[in-house]
Amino acid sequence: MSMAVNKATMNRQGTPLTRRLFLVSGSGIAGGFVLGWPAVGLADSATADASKSERKIGFFIQIEPDGSVIIGSNQPEIGQGVRTALPMLIAEELDVDWASVSVRQMPLGIIKTADGFAWKYGGQGVGGSTGLTENWDFMREVGATARQQLMRAAAARLDVPLSSCRTRPGYVVCDSPAAEIPYSELVADAARLDLPDESPPLKDMQQYRIVGKRQKTVDTIDIITGKTRYGIDTQEADMRYAVVARSPYLNGRVRSFDDSDARKVDGVLDVFNLDGPEPGEPYLILASGVAVVATSTWAALKGRKALQIEWDAGPNATDSSDKFWQQNQEMLKSTGQVVVDDGQFDEAMSAADKVIKRHYRVPFVSHSPLEPQNCYAHVQAGQCHIIVPTQMPSGASRAAAAVTGLPRENIQVDMTRVGGGFGRRLTNDYVAEAAMISRKTGWPIKLQWTREDDVKNDFYRPAGLHELGAGLDGKGDVVAWTQRLASASKYYRRPDMPDEKLWEAELYSDDFPRGFIDNFRLEYFHNTIGLPRGSWRAPAHTANAFVVQSFLDEIAHETGQDPLELRINMLGEEREMDYSNHGGPTFNPGRLVRLIRFVAKRINYEQQRPRGRGVGLATHFTFGGYTAHAMEVSVSPQGQLTIERIVAAIDCGFAVHPQAVEAQLQGGTIDGLSTALGLEITVKDGQVQQSNFHDYPLMRIATVPSLFEAHILPYDNTPTGVGEIGLPSAAPALTNAIFAATGIRIRSLPIRDQLQKAMAS
Amino acid sequence: MISFQVNSKPVTFDGDNDTPLLWVLRDHLKLTGSKFGCGIGQCGACTVHVDGRARRSCITPTASIEGKSITTIEGLAPAPGALHPVQMAWLEIDVPQCGYCQAGQIMAAADFLAKHPRPTDADIDSNITNICRCGTYVRIRSAIHRAAELAAAEE
Repeated sequence: MSMAVNKATMNRQGTPLTRRLFLVSGSGIAGGFVLGWPAVGLADSATADASKSERKIGFFIQIEPDGSVIIGSNQPEIGQGVRTALPMLIAEELDVDWASVSVRQMPLGIIKTADGFAWKYGGQGVGGSTGLTENWDFMREVGATARQQLMRAAAARLDVPLSSCRTRPGYVVCDSPAAEIPYSELVADAARLDLPDESPPLKDMQQYRIVGKRQKTVDTIDIITGKTRYGIDTQEADMRYAVVARSPYLNGRVRSFDDSDARKVDGVLDVFNLDGPEPGEPYLILASGVAVVATSTWAALKGRKALQIEWDAGPNATDSSDKFWQQNQEMLKSTGQVVVDDGQFDEAMSAADKVIKRHYRVPFVSHSPLEPQNCYAHVQAGQCHIIVPTQMPSGASRAAAAVTGLPRENIQVDMTRVGGGFGRRLTNDYVAEAAMISRKTGWPIKLQWTREDDVKNDFYRPAGLHELGAGLDGKGDVVAWTQRLASASKYYRRPDMPDEKLWEAELYSDDFPRGFIDNFRLEYFHNTIGLPRGSWRAPAHTANAFVVQSFLDEIAHETGQDPLELRINMLGEEREMDYSNHGGPTFNPGRLVRLIRFVAKRINYEQQRPRGRGVGLATHFTFGGYTAHAMEVSVSPQGQLTIERIVAAIDCGFAVHPQAVEAQLQGGTIDGLSTALGLEITVKDGQVQQSNFHDYPLMRIATVPSLFEAHILPYDNTPTGVGEIGLPSAAPALTNAIFAATGIRIRSLPIRDQLQKAMAS
Repeated sequence: MISFQVNSKPVTFDGDNDTPLLWVLRDHLKLTGSKFGCGIGQCGACTVHVDGRARRSCITPTASIEGKSITTIEGLAPAPGALHPVQMAWLEIDVPQCGYCQAGQIMAAADFLAKHPRPTDADIDSNITNICRCGTYVRIRSAIHRAAELAAAEE
């Protein structure tokens, strides 16, 4: 979900050209084998019998005798909509009716090459809001190439030049001699043709019939009738069920355990130790524990409950959130690692007419995807089968290989629909656990985590204490700016990562307002805690948008400026600025101005409101996409907060699948609000204190206002990702609205009962 | 041995009597549409109907359903190939994102609408408590209102 993740763990290889050839022809330039096409089945080689393979064009497209089209989706579907959006791109260029398309999930396509691995279905993995952008050209080329092959097959059959042929949905059309041939009658011939060297031209976007139009999610009918299979629904022959009792202590270990009662539970088949990593060392699994294998999920859970385990509390036994926050405060009193230092910061601050400093606190939070972690694993001699809900199937393959010692090409990884990702399933620790258990027992097993397992064993969003400082001149213009952050970095247990680079996961060096203020400094303090950290949807943007957009509001109010005007003045005109962080290479601040003006207008920002009612604004650039939020809240004299109205707007360049863009904007906004309102993970005596939704209270429908607008503002013909873009500006818009309503400034998240307490005093 | 009906078919369960209904449905009857989300009745992903009323099956002991009639998402539609008005509305509004909670949302909404055939937003807020981690609440609200219209039109 950040550049680092993409580079480190995604299996992106090759140029668009080599990928295109891989996918469409099945021939591998990098691998240099399997010439000719089609090579193997669409979704699963077991179905690649001769009669079916004649109906396939490459790996992605299969055309049935009745004209229906099956399109493969290579990416994990975590609710972001790629399983609809990517096939839309293929269908558009292939020129078929969208109603004739059904979609099939493809497995991990790993191929051994002389110098490593190649990916026959292209890079597979979703994080960093790249699922669409990384496949935008590729999928269109797949569709366009297949269409051209069908036209070539028709031209050969009719003995006319290719230029005499065109298509209408599902048919190749020729005017002289007049003929219309359905794709289904051409696919076998088309599949035998060699690929031309040149990729055919792509459609003019003005001609799109499918892409950019509102299409329904392909899986909705199966979801609403209970047919969709998630990882948790995996049922395989002879499958056993496994759970693990993990150390409640961060980095704790099993000292001893008594399984005599557990083994008496009806259905319990085996109980054994699972060794976790040494503290600080690279991990395959998160925690040490004891595995229980049984004939059903309930028997396994009951067996686990009957275990008597004595834990070695380990090196983090005295870790606590209280201590962590005290350390952060102490750190900010000293000088940290100056990681960005533009202009003459110290001089500008000394010369400033007014200096404003504020502290903001952003807590640890859990991903809590609603489908708890699970994984099916069957380790046998020489091979392994994994069925898993994951964001990173190549990581699943790597984890299973590390556990089993098997060559990766002998590990089959099938992906199910995923019941939520949010960054948690970039890490495949649960795959490693499942493989360990299957390897030990020899059985096909389905590992099941409970909600408690998930809340207590996560790679949490890093927490940090931010000090924002601004020097203002006599007119109230910001002439110097600093952000000083003490946090535990997202870079967790990475031995190759030097301490002086830990800041890069927490402070994005090119984010606004860098480059807008001449004298600019970022300073980082690296704190430690035993709590694992990882990528949580839009990683550090969630913290940085909150602190920057809150602080701008504070500056505006302190200097008697309008918060909207201050932002517009600072951001300025449309222009492309260099942006070297993930989502670059450029950032256009004018696109934020357009959005924030739009949402302000929609919510009647200028309108005077009575005390207890107020509007807040915020805007942020995340991973290439732009959003703004306007929120209207009311706060009762007792401090009861009601979100009255939300206006959200996104500029993702070009919206390929508008239904999903809107859904991501709504959902991202709600995720941001849910987290800001009530969510925090805390540690006491080396243990995570939260366990389930009663003490980790995700937002419910009652908090979401009926007045909720989600707008897509088109910009150009270049789509950006959307999965993380809608989240970061939601929380500061809310807290800015609370200030407008009450004069109470929320500087510490989550909000919880802060308003009730402030109103009472 | 416990006997009950699931989606109008008689079934028996002779396993551990304290097994929650959810795991009997999922592991023993292989009806996996009802989902496990929290195990403590908080999220509602496991919602089914017991004698027509929404119940969170993860905290419903199987011993308590002797002789009762269970409806799961797989059996909500009035006939094969048909859809319940709530499902029709969910399809029309295209509610799901990851979709994991939606079976429970639909089962909760179906029972809610039976009691509140013309619900207000306030009725929804005080009765619908299922969690959606993706935040599809805006579309869930629209779909509940739409389902009310569809159900009224059917009558």
